Amino acid sequence: MFDLLWLIPLLPLAGFLTITFGGSRLPSAAAAVIGVGSVSVSAVLSFLLGGTFLLHPPEGDAHVQFLWTWMLVGDFAPSVAFRLDALSIVMLWVITGVGALIHLYSVEYMRGDQAFKRFFAYMNLFVCMMLILVLADNLLLLYLGWEGVGLCSYLLIGFWSEDPSNGAAARKAFIVTRVGDTAMALGLFLLATELGTLDIQTAMARAVERWPVGSNLAVATALLLLIGALGKSAQLPLHTWLPDAMAGPTPVSALIHAATMVTAGVYLIARTHVLYSLAPTVQFSIAVIGGVTLLVAGCSALAQKDIKRVLAYSTISQIGYMFVALGVGAWQAAMFHFMTHAFFKALLFLGAGSVILSLHHEQNMLKMGGLWRQLPVTFWTFLAGGCSLSALPLVTAGYYSKDLILHEAWLFRGMGWFPWVAGVIGAFLTSLYCFRMLFRVFFGEEKTHVSYRPGWRIHLPLTVLAVLALVGGFCETPEWLGHVNLFSRCIEPILPAEAISESHAGGMIFFQVTALGVPLFGLLLAIILYLKPRTVSTNRFMRQRTIQRVRRFWLAGWGFDALYDALLVRPFVWVAQINRNDCVDRFYTGIAWLNGMGHRLLVLTQSGRVRWYVAGIALGVAFILGMVVAS
Amino acid sequence: MMGTIPPEHGIFLAILLFLLGLTGVLVRRNVIFMLMSLEIMLNAAGLAFIVAGAAWGQVEGHVMFLFILTMAAAEVAVGLALVLRMYHCFKTLDVDAASKMRG
Repeated sequence: MFDLLWLIPLLPLAGFLTITFGGSRLPSAAAAVIGVGSVSVSAVLSFLLGGTFLLHPPEGDAHVQFLWTWMLVGDFAPSVAFRLDALSIVMLWVITGVGALIHLYSVEYMRGDQAFKRFFAYMNLFVCMMLILVLADNLLLLYLGWEGVGLCSYLLIGFWSEDPSNGAAARKAFIVTRVGDTAMALGLFLLATELGTLDIQTAMARAVERWPVGSNLAVATALLLLIGALGKSAQLPLHTWLPDAMAGPTPVSALIHAATMVTAGVYLIARTHVLYSLAPTVQFSIAVIGGVTLLVAGCSALAQKDIKRVLAYSTISQIGYMFVALGVGAWQAAMFHFMTHAFFKALLFLGAGSVILSLHHEQNMLKMGGLWRQLPVTFWTFLAGGCSLSALPLVTAGYYSKDLILHEAWLFRGMGWFPWVAGVIGAFLTSLYCFRMLFRVFFGEEKTHVSYRPGWRIHLPLTVLAVLALVGGFCETPEWLGHVNLFSRCIEPILPAEAISESHAGGMIFFQVTALGVPLFGLLLAIILYLKPRTVSTNRFMRQRTIQRVRRFWLAGWGFDALYDALLVRPFVWVAQINRNDCVDRFYTGIAWLNGMGHRLLVLTQSGRVRWYVAGIALGVAFILGMVVAS
Repeated sequence: MMGTIPPEHGIFLAILLFLLGLTGVLVRRNVIFMLMSLEIMLNAAGLAFIVAGAAWGQVEGHVMFLFILTMAAAEVAVGLALVLRMYHCFKTLDVDAASKMRG
């Protein structure tokens, strides 16, 4: 049964190859069937394999399928091998399951697009690469998938390449993540040279053996891998590419920039969590970065006008939560939040896509409104996703995962209150910006006429994801709510639970009240500010100059783009311009100039007069004869 | 017995003919006269071969003259065809008029 594992990434790859080489002979409908079909079959396969695995776990809680040795260089012999364990099963299910739904959605969303087939080819390639990333048994194969998804992300962000700004966004995403990827590659080199292997399990075991806690090598490796994860997962300071990445088609944003690829960094850290336990300072910094990121991105999301940019900043902020969880050692909570986040964020993106499609590609929220009557299915599912994102208590999946993270952060006192406080403020911000968006889009007066009503291909994924966004959290509930721990029990062998010292367990009532109340408080404020007609005093408050300044600052994403532009881009362009005239170049331009001069001189001799040529030949012959006779 | 012509005289005549032909090619603008001058140059070369062959008692000089004769016939055939085309194009036989392939 487990021998079929290799088929899961192969099927999307086969889909990609078929659509690519089918060319113009392949009708669009066939491309859609192949694109959706390949991912769906691999989803079914992964559910079967994963189900079997969880019901009858094999020995060692993992199944490794060795395919072939990739290369053999001295002692270094990375293999192409896939590893199935609880962690990769969670990722598999989300990637193939959510991926299949999004593929189905894309059939309708992209209908009539000129490059319909190219879209599905890229999407299939992406799914294949993502599956290689999560199934890889060694870090080199993981890196292949890592770069592969980066490439697909680039291709899909710039999918509508007629608009140069889309190309710029794609390049920005590629280059910014490249910064992280370079650091990650260095980390891999360090691991390979110091530990002699890139096989994840062996490397982790050797790291524990050879490196004491806090040793320089452990810190350096963990830090380099962390920078790689920051780039991919759009965390501070490498987060600037994600809001611009919204230039791609909306299903792309849902699949790549919300549900799967951007969480690859979380997966990487969870996979190599042993390394971070050896480097507590680095782990500490993960929590700090996550906390700061979730606040910065949450504030930015509050001020955005473009519905997709709100969701992009929200994604950054939610991944910040996962990083907080990783930083406090709550590996399970991070993966749990990854799962619920994939459900509700994919749902929100798809819902936003449905709205955008209905309003003839209008993305500005200020021009939307009153859509809840026009698009009922979209509204109700979007509402479910929004509630889940804001972690409204008890009924949503987002609540359980976020509560778990906040709980672990509460118990974690390694660095004081910061992770927990950031998490709580973040929860308030999340709820506020989420309902701001919801009220702006679906309530109020109708500003743009609905020109298109989505069909079942859009409604089905929305409904399925809405159900998951609501009930997906019931596999892991807190102690006072039934204490179901299906998720953590499954993933326990791979990601150990945090050892909780009971002495910190005090103040639970305060904690629970906060966790329950903060999202509701955000909702309440959103109702006052954005749902009801504003009273004169709130209006005056919102119009104050400082408030407006802060709003503009947040709209620009805290000025990170301008900062990087001034700090990195412009000096680079300046240096490049100076180097255009360097002395080495002079030599080569000199050669080119000499050739040009010779050309201009010789052109003069070509007068077009035959008699001149004859004279030239005669003179030449006389000259040569003279030379011969004289010598 | 006829007095033999010394080879120097023959070679001198050949050089004279050749230079006459060359001067004709260089100074005449009418393409027909240029072709005729070319013929003179060819015959000068042929005469040089004959004289050299006779002087050394070798047959190759005569053979070469036959080759030159053949080549001259071919050259005239092609040359006259070109002259016809040229007259067609430029309505003149002035070779300087056909100087478009300049620069």
